[in-house]
Amino acid sequence: MFAYIIRRLLLLIPVLLIVGVIAFMLIHLIPGDPTTALLGRDATLEQREALRDQMGLNDPLPVQFMNWITDAVRLDFGDSLFLRMPVTEALFDRVQPTGLLTLYSLSLAILIAIPSGVIAAVRPNSLADRLLMVMSISGAAIPGFFFGILLILLFAVVLGWLPSGGYVGIGDDPVQHFRYMVMPALALGFSSAGLLARLVRSAMLDVLHQDYVRTAYAKGLPERHVVVKHALRNATIPALTVIGTVLATLLGGTVVIETVFNIPGMGRLVVQSVTRRDFQVVQGAVLMVATIEVLVMLILDILYVYVDPRIRYGSD
Amino acid sequence: MVLTDAAIAGSGKSSTKMGRLRLSSITPASKYYWIRLLLENWVASASLAFLVVMVLVAVFAPLIAPVEPDFVNPLVRLSGPSSDYWFGTDELGRDIFSRVVYGARVSLLVGITVMVGSTILGSLLGLIAGFYPRVDVLVMRVIDGLEAFPGILLAIAIMAAFGAAVQNVIIALSVVYVPNIARLVRGTTLMNSRELYVESARAIGMRDFPIMRKYILMNSISPLIVQCTFVIAFAILAEASLSFLGAGVPPDVPTWGGMVSAGQPRLQQAWWASVFPGAFLFATILAINLVGDGLRDAFDPRSRER
Repeated sequence: MFAYIIRRLLLLIPVLLIVGVIAFMLIHLIPGDPTTALLGRDATLEQREALRDQMGLNDPLPVQFMNWITDAVRLDFGDSLFLRMPVTEALFDRVQPTGLLTLYSLSLAILIAIPSGVIAAVRPNSLADRLLMVMSISGAAIPGFFFGILLILLFAVVLGWLPSGGYVGIGDDPVQHFRYMVMPALALGFSSAGLLARLVRSAMLDVLHQDYVRTAYAKGLPERHVVVKHALRNATIPALTVIGTVLATLLGGTVVIETVFNIPGMGRLVVQSVTRRDFQVVQGAVLMVATIEVLVMLILDILYVYVDPRIRYGSD
Repeated sequence: MVLTDAAIAGSGKSSTKMGRLRLSSITPASKYYWIRLLLENWVASASLAFLVVMVLVAVFAPLIAPVEPDFVNPLVRLSGPSSDYWFGTDELGRDIFSRVVYGARVSLLVGITVMVGSTILGSLLGLIAGFYPRVDVLVMRVIDGLEAFPGILLAIAIMAAFGAAVQNVIIALSVVYVPNIARLVRGTTLMNSRELYVESARAIGMRDFPIMRKYILMNSISPLIVQCTFVIAFAILAEASLSFLGAGVPPDVPTWGGMVSAGQPRLQQAWWASVFPGAFLFATILAINLVGDGLRDAFDPRSRER
């Protein structure tokens, strides 16, 4: 177990390095002189030269990369040209809405997926099973922003139950906070709920045909007990492996959903920075999200070994 | 019975081409058996029919659209669906139906070209990684690195650097979906390269590249085709999201994602400006996914159990 964790940690280094190279290259992908893109066409030669010096664009590329990555490791992503503040500060100011939104939609997806997946597996081809199928197929096909707009149309415009967009901090007014977050969380989590439910269903179907489940039934245990205690526990393991992918989808989706519901989070900031051509912010956000994703994957991999002792990954 | 007659006719030496084709189509071992299986699946064939219509709409957009998509008529601003304007008009008085018709062009163009781009690049990487264990480590770390970025975020970042243009959307999304294809091809390559026929091919002196092309890639073709359909769907969804965010195709080009976004501020007065383009987007992605599911079942009927 310990050797596995060490090995997994060492594997992290090349991946993070490549993540760094990709994020670094983004600014260097800008065709032509990046200072033109950053300062606009009207900037004087002096202004450009000053910015080149400030950004270190006159140094050789490897030197630039080393400088940049050592700063990035210390969470220094440079300054936002538009906001006139450090990128890290700008991002941390907007972490709360994005983090909470991702958390709510993940919880919502799991809360929907497990019961519906289990019911569908226990009664295959029933009405519930078919409904789940329709939900997961349409969930995979509907764009998050369009689902969000349909929700706004129904719950905000027609029924007037919920606000159509905006954000209230959880510390300011928890009740209002949840009223503002219900629709975004549903819009973001719906497609993942469908995917997870399908996985739970197929994992449950596998498990329900196992000998130990038959034995459990044979010794007269009630169905509810067999399904929850014997089957579900084993069926959650395969579902756990996709949580990392689901989280990546959700984190990416926050960009779109925050724009739909006008939530002042990191995703909204990234989109605004693209229109303002504020590349430092885009680069910093991309790097930060990718790093979070890599770390979450690591934790899930370790958790996976912990939950399922049969897996030893050949390391010990 | 028709088939049996054709089969008998086809067994003769002087049979027509027609007869022979029919004969081959009834044997399960036929190369095109999967097409029949696909068409027997009514959900998949209905979806395929819908997609064919959408492709025709995109190709013949100028003939189908009643007016130019950019034609501004301030007299009919924000008018609801009617016999003149089937899907209503937007805040400038442009015909939503015409814009939806033209929007199909961008969506399908991006979907198909991204699929081609990421499939070529991804298969190449996957083949090389699966075939040469030494390169594998390097290629897979790059793939891991690319996959660490949520797809849409990476696409936004690339678009931010390149600027808004259709070809940049295609490049950005092709890069984003390379890992998807590369992983699949690497997996099948690893499996196939251990097969006896690859060893035999090597024994008779075939070079690596022809082996990869003829024996390994060709044996991964059916899962690859299924994956390709899903990449088209992902790419259409991603292009729409980029255009919705204003980070995709330039705003003057009508796109479904851009139209949904443009209609959002006036949802209360004119729901049609967002809902119709969104519905077409949803239906197209749904149809592609259903064809993909159908193809998977047709290639491997066992998968239908799940």
